[in-house]
Amino acid sequence: MKKLSKLYLGLMLLFLYLPILVLIVFSFNDSKSRSVFTGFTFEWYEKLFRNELIMTSLANTLIVAVVASLIATVLGTLAVIGISKMRKGPKAAVMQVTNIPIINPEIVTGVSMMLLFVFFAARMNLEFGFVTLIIAHITFDVPYVVLNVMPKYRQIDANMYEAAQDLGCGPVRAFFKVILPEIMPGIISGFLMAFTFSLDDFVVSYFTSGSTAQTLPITIYAMTRRKVSPEINALSTIIFVCVLVVLVLKNVIERRADKKRGVVR
Amino acid sequence: MKRTFMLLFLVVMLVTGCAQEEIELVEEVTLTIEDETYYQRFQNAGISINVYNWGEYIPDGSDDGVLDLNAAFTELTGIKVNYTTFATNEELYAKLKGGGASYDIIIPSDYMISRMIYEGMLEELNFDNIPNYSYIMEKFKNQEHDPDNRYSVPYTWGTVGIIYDNTAIDPEETPMDWDILWNDEYKDSILMFDNPRDAFAIAELKLGYSLNTESPEELKHAAKVLIDQKPVVQAYVMDEIFDKMGAGEAILAPYYAGDAKTLMDEYDHLSFVIPQSGTNLFFDSVCIPKGAKQKEAAEMYINFLCEPDVAYAVTDYIGYSTPNQGAFDMLDEETQNDPIAYPDDAYLTEKTTVYKNLSEDTNQLMQTLWTEMKSAEVEHTNPWIVPIFMLLCILLSIAIVIRRHIRNKKDIF
Amino acid sequence: MKQKLLSAPYLVWMAVFVIVPLVMVAYFAFFDSDGNFTLQYVADVAQYSNIFVRSVWLAAIATVICLVLAYPLAYFLSKMDTKIQGTMVMIVILPMWMNFLLRTYAWMTLLGNEGIINTLLGYIGLGPFKMLNTQGAVVLGMVYDYIPYMILPIYTVMAKIDKSVLEAANDLGCNGVKTLFKVVLPLSLPGVMSGITMVFVPAISTFIISRMLGGGSNLLIGDLIEMQFLGNSYNPNLGASISLVLMVIILLIMTLMNQFDVDDDRVLM
Repeated sequence: MKKLSKLYLGLMLLFLYLPILVLIVFSFNDSKSRSVFTGFTFEWYEKLFRNELIMTSLANTLIVAVVASLIATVLGTLAVIGISKMRKGPKAAVMQVTNIPIINPEIVTGVSMMLLFVFFAARMNLEFGFVTLIIAHITFDVPYVVLNVMPKYRQIDANMYEAAQDLGCGPVRAFFKVILPEIMPGIISGFLMAFTFSLDDFVVSYFTSGSTAQTLPITIYAMTRRKVSPEINALSTIIFVCVLVVLVLKNVIERRADKKRGVVR
Repeated sequence: MKRTFMLLFLVVMLVTGCAQEEIELVEEVTLTIEDETYYQRFQNAGISINVYNWGEYIPDGSDDGVLDLNAAFTELTGIKVNYTTFATNEELYAKLKGGGASYDIIIPSDYMISRMIYEGMLEELNFDNIPNYSYIMEKFKNQEHDPDNRYSVPYTWGTVGIIYDNTAIDPEETPMDWDILWNDEYKDSILMFDNPRDAFAIAELKLGYSLNTESPEELKHAAKVLIDQKPVVQAYVMDEIFDKMGAGEAILAPYYAGDAKTLMDEYDHLSFVIPQSGTNLFFDSVCIPKGAKQKEAAEMYINFLCEPDVAYAVTDYIGYSTPNQGAFDMLDEETQNDPIAYPDDAYLTEKTTVYKNLSEDTNQLMQTLWTEMKSAEVEHTNPWIVPIFMLLCILLSIAIVIRRHIRNKKDIF
Repeated sequence: MKQKLLSAPYLVWMAVFVIVPLVMVAYFAFFDSDGNFTLQYVADVAQYSNIFVRSVWLAAIATVICLVLAYPLAYFLSKMDTKIQGTMVMIVILPMWMNFLLRTYAWMTLLGNEGIINTLLGYIGLGPFKMLNTQGAVVLGMVYDYIPYMILPIYTVMAKIDKSVLEAANDLGCNGVKTLFKVVLPLSLPGVMSGITMVFVPAISTFIISRMLGGGSNLLIGDLIEMQFLGNSYNPNLGASISLVLMVIILLIMTLMNQFDVDDDRVLM
């Protein structure tokens, strides 16, 4: 049984990693062939960094992701406080709406927002670009913030807030002193989730980006539809290495934290 | 689910980005511009224009020693260029019509230009701002799609033919005509146009119909022929053709002569033939869409594209034929007489047809037929799938109901 | 009372950018460009029923394959030594963090006639096999891209199963296999259910995978919608009605799944 499970795990890992490995290996190939390795080169990396289109779209991606996830976090956190004071009926209704962007297929979200923006564009001089992209991203980000903060907020002891007020805190101060620290982990994980979804989104951006603000996934899509250059492999390799490093770091930090906690106890 | 990778990606990029300044950007390629003062008007105005062009349709500096024309334009004029690409005329139309994006420069083909003129989607050009228009050869001015030449400036032209793998097909033995794209022998090795107008044109050429037919019967017949072709077609593609033909994935593909030239330069195993029975002749022209925000800067861009040196760089890199006399004169004699890029006038007038804009109804019909063709079954999915699937759903629902019923009974006891 | 107001911006936002757009989709589906009510577009969707069937079929196959592959994997992961479990889960999930366009593109280079698999097979005298541009390739792409969404929820649920429950089952005379079927399987069903929806919904509505791996001749609903809005046959009204039908299909399937969910809560009790 043990052996079997190891074999199975190995096979699955092969399946999951084979394509990525292939991309990485061929990013060092000195010819454009995608099946025969002819020699080693760094040429494609050099080209990648000189590719202005990729660099601008990377910058665009980061701008959109940061702005959208920050606004979504504020919006979502405030919403949680308000929603939890609602009566059961309206609350359920609001939560249903919150779920829509999560459940709906991405393409429908993208198309529906495009229709809305076109409607506005015709009447209000709205231009497709950063504004539409950020609005669209906030819209699919915000439910994740709400869903992350909600459980943390529920766990708060209502008496604490009242106690703070009894001790002379105004409602705003009580919020920052008592509530905010309690729900912070939820806010952070909500923000990170929103941020990463924004970074990676293709479908919704595809329908809502205009002529000026191309994000990295859109550029990658355009690259796959043209003469393909091994630059794309180089790009994949860099992204993969970054993901790997971030995750390993995260793991190490968590381990350390765990150990420390262990020592304190 | 934290995907924070891109942050690090940025850091890596920035670090290498700093080192990059010492690397020479492009090998020295010089452009001679006739009247430099003309281009200085917007030097410090901080203007940017949005250019929407075909993929692989301008020298973009991606290959070594090739000029990046957009960067050169920015350097010359101080106008920033936001450059994005489309793959088909229809995509361009959809994006303009319903996409809400705003562009200053677009490069549609003949029939799409007349459609856009007809639908009022193009801005009239001010030719005072485009002095280099004089370089355009007379025969490319005042064409049928823009009779008074008010909306468009020719960029490139060319014909459609068949790219083939000369190690697999010997044109001496096999007659190279449009029929070959239906040949069972090359099953799964044939690529086909992924846009309705070009695909229908090939079916119409095979059937001997006019490329501009408005007859619903003929169009339906053409659609049927395209459906018949599906089993032998490997994939419906546009610029993916570069990759697939280059790598030897496929051996036959109808495509534009210019791209064929680019491919043949790079790969010895590829050849190109313009079928003798006739083909499509196309003109791609630069236009400014209605509502462009930077019309004057856009006209400056058009003028820049008409500079003989620039037009030469374009035709030299993308392989399409140039309508620019200045650029044409710069070509070596071999290219000037190249039957692929510059077929003789007799063939052009006798055997080629330019697409015309079709009536609204015909456009609608073609779109519907195209979607039907694309959605037609190739790999026959079992006809029983629907009934079986529905039956499964019903059984599942019944199972749920029964299970619940039993459980409720149990609860009572 | 005041605190309720804090959610006002959110409510307005969701109303304007979630509800209104969906209403607009419905409007486009039922009204032509002159603003007249028509059922024509919705009726036209019937023409493409074969695409719907194909999409549901391929997405269903992909979901089943995902389930079959992911369930044992999640089980083995949850059984692992807790020390290495976290690292192993990370390794398994890692590919998901790559951009899915790049991952799909990787399969293009693997499956082609001149691709790596066929080249390798060629060395031992086999092939070439036609793999790219087939429905099989599309299903493979779906499985590869979405399998993490199946592994994660199942693993999460399994990791939460109380060890003492398993021990109790053992004590009561269940062997390993019996425990698996009688205890682990029912307890992990909620994870399976959410895994199924998390795979099925993106799989049925994708347009990238079918375009890149299906060669443009195996259209799915997503392709059809994209074609009507930004592709080769511009017809937003038709596109809107197809979107509407797609939403209805997904809603139906979700309801069906929820039925199960409720049912299984009862099992747990």
